[in-house]
Amino acid sequence: MKRLFGYPYGLWLTIFVVLPLGLIGYYSITATDAAGNTYFTLRHFHMFFEASFPGQPFFSRLYVNVAVRSLRLALMTTVITFILGYPVAYIMAGKGFSDKSVLLFLFIAPMWMNFLVRTYAWLAILSRNGILNTFLAWLGLPILDILFTDSAVLLGMVYNFLPFMVLPIYTALKKMDPRIIEAAQDLGANSPRVFIRVVFPLSMPGVVSGITMVFMPAAATFIIPNLLGGGQYFLLGNLVEQQFLRVGNWNFGAAIAVIMIGLMLVSTFILSWFGRAEAKEGGMKE
Amino acid sequence: MPRLIELQNIVKNFGHQTVLDHINLYINQNEFLTLLGPSGCGKTTTLRIIGGFEQPTGGDLLFNGESILGTPPHKRQLNTVFQKYALFPNMNVAENIAFGLRIKKMSKPEILESVNNILKLVNLVGFEKRSINSLSGGQQQRVAIARALVCKPAVLLLDEPLGALDLKLRKEMQVELKNMQQQLGITFVYVTHDQEEALTMSDTIAVMNEGRILQIGTPEDIYNEPKNAFVANFIGESNIIPGTMPEDRQVHFADVTFTCIDFGFEKNEAVDIVVRPEDIEIVPENASPLTGIVTNVTFKGVHYEMRVDANGHSWKVHSTVQSPVGETVGLSIKPDLIHVMKKQKGRIS
Repeated sequence: MKRLFGYPYGLWLTIFVVLPLGLIGYYSITATDAAGNTYFTLRHFHMFFEASFPGQPFFSRLYVNVAVRSLRLALMTTVITFILGYPVAYIMAGKGFSDKSVLLFLFIAPMWMNFLVRTYAWLAILSRNGILNTFLAWLGLPILDILFTDSAVLLGMVYNFLPFMVLPIYTALKKMDPRIIEAAQDLGANSPRVFIRVVFPLSMPGVVSGITMVFMPAAATFIIPNLLGGGQYFLLGNLVEQQFLRVGNWNFGAAIAVIMIGLMLVSTFILSWFGRAEAKEGGMKE
Repeated sequence: MPRLIELQNIVKNFGHQTVLDHINLYINQNEFLTLLGPSGCGKTTTLRIIGGFEQPTGGDLLFNGESILGTPPHKRQLNTVFQKYALFPNMNVAENIAFGLRIKKMSKPEILESVNNILKLVNLVGFEKRSINSLSGGQQQRVAIARALVCKPAVLLLDEPLGALDLKLRKEMQVELKNMQQQLGITFVYVTHDQEEALTMSDTIAVMNEGRILQIGTPEDIYNEPKNAFVANFIGESNIIPGTMPEDRQVHFADVTFTCIDFGFEKNEAVDIVVRPEDIEIVPENASPLTGIVTNVTFKGVHYEMRVDANGHSWKVHSTVQSPVGETVGLSIKPDLIHVMKKQKGRIS
């Protein structure tokens, strides 16, 4: 009986997860010659790492460079959302706020809107004659021309991904037993020590899932850089989109996707390892 | 004996609700004091105020004669064993115990020695590296006690520390805790709703109800001379009967006038009479003015618990000899076992 209930789920997994992944894997290691014959090859991967500039240093090769820039942007987004998000989550999980607090609502409410719409809103805010500059001009300050720059892209990324950092950390902090904090105080720990030794280590699962939920999609995004970067900002996501939709080279597009999956797996692995090490941090080493 | 902690007129309100209503209490050095009362009586709040986790609405809290109301918990010379232990789940047993010592910046060899000594005391040698989640309730409880004791506090606060343990383990831990307290010479302030636990362990018991202390005294005093019907009812089992005092050393209840040892009441003052079930003796029908019919007999192990209907009251009687149901018996009570109490306002809950 139990098994029977599992079948729809299995079907769902097959259709939406296993099959697409398998196809991507298949495309990434095959190519079609002029005669229409499909054959196995690793040349797409070779192309990615060697690009068409074999003499150049590794990291300045075209596609490797795109990957590095993608990861750098994702990393910066993650670091900034963490720095902004942790204190917010900490304050919201504190005594003064209830589950229904306005602050929490304000963080969740934007998620009800499509993120494209939200990002378009930033266009209106940041553009040359937009809300921000109108306001600055009204104050008599020099206007900012940041739309279609790196800063605008970063801003849009942080804005869009912040809730994904705040909510898991908030949940981890909220479910922490307040008596554990009191126990630490009772044993002589002042507030900073309580935080470093007890609160932060215990919130690590939330931090790890927050980082995962921001870093992964941030590394794969292409809409935000497209809109706010004005098309000059070329990332891994854009590269995949370009190969599939514009160039029509599904094989190379799939290879890039496989490389991205590999990068994600590696970073997840590093994160979970880091999370475990961090959770142990408060302990005594002998 | 010097007073170590003194609560003066402590009041605590949560919103409009008064949780503590002018608590006055002092705790001597090396004393084992128990706050005893039903849940919601304010005993845990009192403990949390002493620990510094709650601020009273009014009144003062003295430690060695000086007010410590402004002192945060981490600077108070006391440690707490929390109700559900509140161990650090991210640390192993040794790390949990060493937490307070590491904060004090003790040297590593010293910490190791202290941790090993305390592990011996609580019978957990060999458990150093175990994770908290792998321990049983009783073991976690010992870690919580060790973690607090290792800091050598002047006072140890314990909030129903044995509440989660099964009966047998609880009895063992009661004895162990009492031994530790005597061995180490630390003042214990213990919160419980279990009257038997309080009677077994304490030097002094403070019985609380509805935010007030009703009686403070030694376990013997509280058991033998309860000040009012609530205390009598809460501590041990008792028959509580309304009565009057026609004159000194004479008390009239259940349509019979008994000789007692109480005096100083107004003539015919209405009083409550408390008689413990084990203080009622079953005698032949003609040997006592108070007679009744046995309606129920329950075997309780050491004794039989019998219900005897006599003069409009169902008496609870404990005896090692059982009288069969339906038999008419006499009930005899010795003068010094009749406890006469002034009528208290309000109902017995």
